[in-house]
Amino acid sequence: MFKRLLPHPVLTPILTIIWLLLTNSIATGQLLLGLMLGWAIPFFTIRFWPDEVTIYQPIKLLQFSLVVLFDILVANFIVARLILGNPDRLSPTFIIVPLDIKSDIAISLLANIISLTPGTVSSLLIEDRTQLVVHALDTDNADALIASIKTRYEAPLKEIFEHVG
Amino acid sequence: MQEYILAFLIVTGASFTLVGSLGLARLRDFYMRLHGPTKATTLGVGCLLIASAIYFSSKPDSFSMHEVLITLFLFITAPVSAHLLAKAALHLKLRSIAKLPEQS
Repeated sequence: MFKRLLPHPVLTPILTIIWLLLTNSIATGQLLLGLMLGWAIPFFTIRFWPDEVTIYQPIKLLQFSLVVLFDILVANFIVARLILGNPDRLSPTFIIVPLDIKSDIAISLLANIISLTPGTVSSLLIEDRTQLVVHALDTDNADALIASIKTRYEAPLKEIFEHVG
Repeated sequence: MQEYILAFLIVTGASFTLVGSLGLARLRDFYMRLHGPTKATTLGVGCLLIASAIYFSSKPDSFSMHEVLITLFLFITAPVSAHLLAKAALHLKLRSIAKLPEQS
């Protein structure tokens, strides 16, 4: 009963915060309206989100976001240097990352993060969701790149969104 | 003082956006060109948005947080559109310098 009334407990506060940011105010009226929207939107769109999203380790999620933000910053400088250098010297490669994570949210976040970080764009998720094809702008060691994606991004995502052990 | 910070942020932002666009012209194949707009521009737009937030929040009785949302939406949409473009390109088997992955 409770689950039907409040299908996505995580989504409600996020939508409320987004509403407050959109209206640029923290007046009580806007807060109530935001809470109402935060409840109503998940309630009426439950069919698009059949699986529940659970965050097992919120603190880890915060740490992980900081790491990702820092990597995005570095990525910008790396890509800028590659673009301004000689484009003929780049050696682009497709690499295939085997996935350990299973949930929708974790896979989509991983794909997003890969696209935002150094020299890689995720380009195809193989249909059975076990492999992600990634295009790397300049790499001479594909295996090391795959290993770094797995340890740096996939492992924390697995801990945060999927219950381990 | 604030003006110098704002000017610095705007110029940095504009240069990164320019580099991102240069990537479109300079890189050799479609997949490589995708890298420019997804990355170099995130920092570029990020700098511009920080400048905008500082400018509008520093006026008396005003506080601007729209920029946080723009950043959020940008971080969600940029990789998704890049992913879709790359996926479509892979289906069409566009010319690529990198060896195309085996399609099963």
